[in-house]
Amino acid sequence: MTPGGGSGPMKDCEYSQISTHSSSSPMESPHKKKKSVPKRKWEVFPGRNKFFCNGRIMMARQTGVFYLTLVLILVTSGLFFAFDCPYLSEKITPAIPAIGGILFFFVMGTLLRTSFSDPGVLPRATPDEAADLERQIDIANGCSSGGYRPPPRTKEVIINGQTVKLKYCFTCKIFRPPRASHCSLCDNCVERFDHHCPWVGNCVGKRNYRFFYMFILSLSFLTVFIFAFVITHVILRSQQTGFLNALKDSPASVLEAVVCFFSVWSIVGLSGFHTYLISSNQTTNEDIKGSWSNKRGKENYNPYSYGNIFTNCCAALCGPLSPSLIDRRGFIQPDTPQLAGPSNGITMYGATQSQSNMAAATPLLQSEPSITSEELPLPGKTSLSGPCATLTLGQPTPPSSMPNLTSDSGLTDIIPLKEEHEGHQFLTPEEAPSPPGMLPSGSPMAHSRTMHVLSLASQDSLHEDSVRGLVKLSSV
Amino acid sequence: PQVHSLQELRRSASLATKVFVQRDYSDGTTCQFQTKFPPELESRIERQLFEETVKTLNGFYAEAEKIGGSSYLEGCLACATAYFIFLCMETHYEKVLKKISKYIQDQNEKIYAPRGLLLTDPLERGMRVIEISIYEDRCSSGSSSSGSSSSSSGGGGGGAGGR
Repeated sequence: MTPGGGSGPMKDCEYSQISTHSSSSPMESPHKKKKSVPKRKWEVFPGRNKFFCNGRIMMARQTGVFYLTLVLILVTSGLFFAFDCPYLSEKITPAIPAIGGILFFFVMGTLLRTSFSDPGVLPRATPDEAADLERQIDIANGCSSGGYRPPPRTKEVIINGQTVKLKYCFTCKIFRPPRASHCSLCDNCVERFDHHCPWVGNCVGKRNYRFFYMFILSLSFLTVFIFAFVITHVILRSQQTGFLNALKDSPASVLEAVVCFFSVWSIVGLSGFHTYLISSNQTTNEDIKGSWSNKRGKENYNPYSYGNIFTNCCAALCGPLSPSLIDRRGFIQPDTPQLAGPSNGITMYGATQSQSNMAAATPLLQSEPSITSEELPLPGKTSLSGPCATLTLGQPTPPSSMPNLTSDSGLTDIIPLKEEHEGHQFLTPEEAPSPPGMLPSGSPMAHSRTMHVLSLASQDSLHEDSVRGLVKLSSV
Repeated sequence: PQVHSLQELRRSASLATKVFVQRDYSDGTTCQFQTKFPPELESRIERQLFEETVKTLNGFYAEAEKIGGSSYLEGCLACATAYFIFLCMETHYEKVLKKISKYIQDQNEKIYAPRGLLLTDPLERGMRVIEISIYEDRCSSGSSSSGSSSSSSGGGGGGAGGR
């Protein structure tokens, strides 16, 4: 079992996840040898993604449809270059294969770029940051609580004069920034989430939207180009030898024509739709929910739009490209658990019930009196209420309307609309949202001890299953 | 000697608490942080110094995300090469990020570490927050500076102020 250079990165990933989990498992021992090699962050990445080339390439876990896309494009273009281009360049002009080649190159470049890059995943909150947020939420809810159900966690901010609700993500333990959404398939919050596109095997978000748009735009050109010249080819041949003989002479053209005929409508439609979205600076997600549509109210407008179509297009396609925030190839710092472990934020809740216990367990914690004093709900004391950020109490989130799903997404892509609930969907009981006063005193401790391992591993219910399966296997 | 003091701080002092400066979304999704002074830092650092740091950071981020001629040029050039140029070229944003991390390190050494504080680069926290770690001296001898010794005698920084 070589540590870093396993047979496949996927396998590597699985192994590392298993080995981090429970030390009681008998499967453990053979994998424990890899101590000397420092791990990279992608190996313990909590979302459901696949990584290749030691973290350089990042995709969603299901990539089957992506390979179908790849095969369709490669086969159709390959047949075109092999069987139609020689005839066309001889009879018409050699510019045809040249232009086709450039288009093909561009399509493949943008497709691979879309599929392999980080769509703009937001890293999950560190335990300290999550605890700080919990505290702010408590303070905001403290005065009005008393209900049996904890109020929905939302935060309102004003963006360019428009009030926008930020929802709390129970999986990532953050208030999702404006325009971000949690992809239920990849289990990540993605910035400026557009949609999850199985055809490219990745989410489409802030960092790869422009690649995606250039991909579908160039692909629609390529499809139209191939379709047009395949028809030309068949017509030219049938003028010489008759239609049936022409088909017999180049059977590949028939296949290409069929593939192009069926795909051209959806691809051209999709690129038209995204052109509209770009020119109004919307995401597919927002368009489908009708976040900024006039139907919701007269004063409803898109606060992110620059006001004119040209600037919107330039900003989306040629604006600055934001960096990846997850640092997949970075090494895991050995001192992070020590820093993140027995820190204030986490011990805060345990301290109410088992203060002595806490003090004994965390000898580093010297300023304990000050901590307990801080726990009093003093609204003015924390950095909660910025000028534009206030926590709203008990406001029901508006029902995320999904009216015209069929009309808009009837094209080719899937938009997971379940984002209201996906947070709960993958929760293990341990992390289920509970009012912090009711947290069992033991649980924060367990957290703080095995924090860096647990917080990553415990969120993946699939992974739990795989561990169970392996344990079962090994016992047989 | 300065770097030494940073590591010294991490080792010799224990982490008391962390303060998080949140994002300011009032102008849209560009990366800006709130300049409101967190009350926990009251006894640790002058308001002006802190605000200047945050404003400088905001300035850097605004520069990185500025939409204009040079960013259009970069975007169009990249597009013309089917984005293959990014394999070998650093974007403007990445250059600014390097500047930012250098600036933060610099500020930590000069201003924050002597006061028992440490800034974390927002990039390491997903650009959501500026994380400020507040350290307490383990033995309250207050070796480094007046700021930390006065606060440790005050019984634990901002926390005690609430009582």
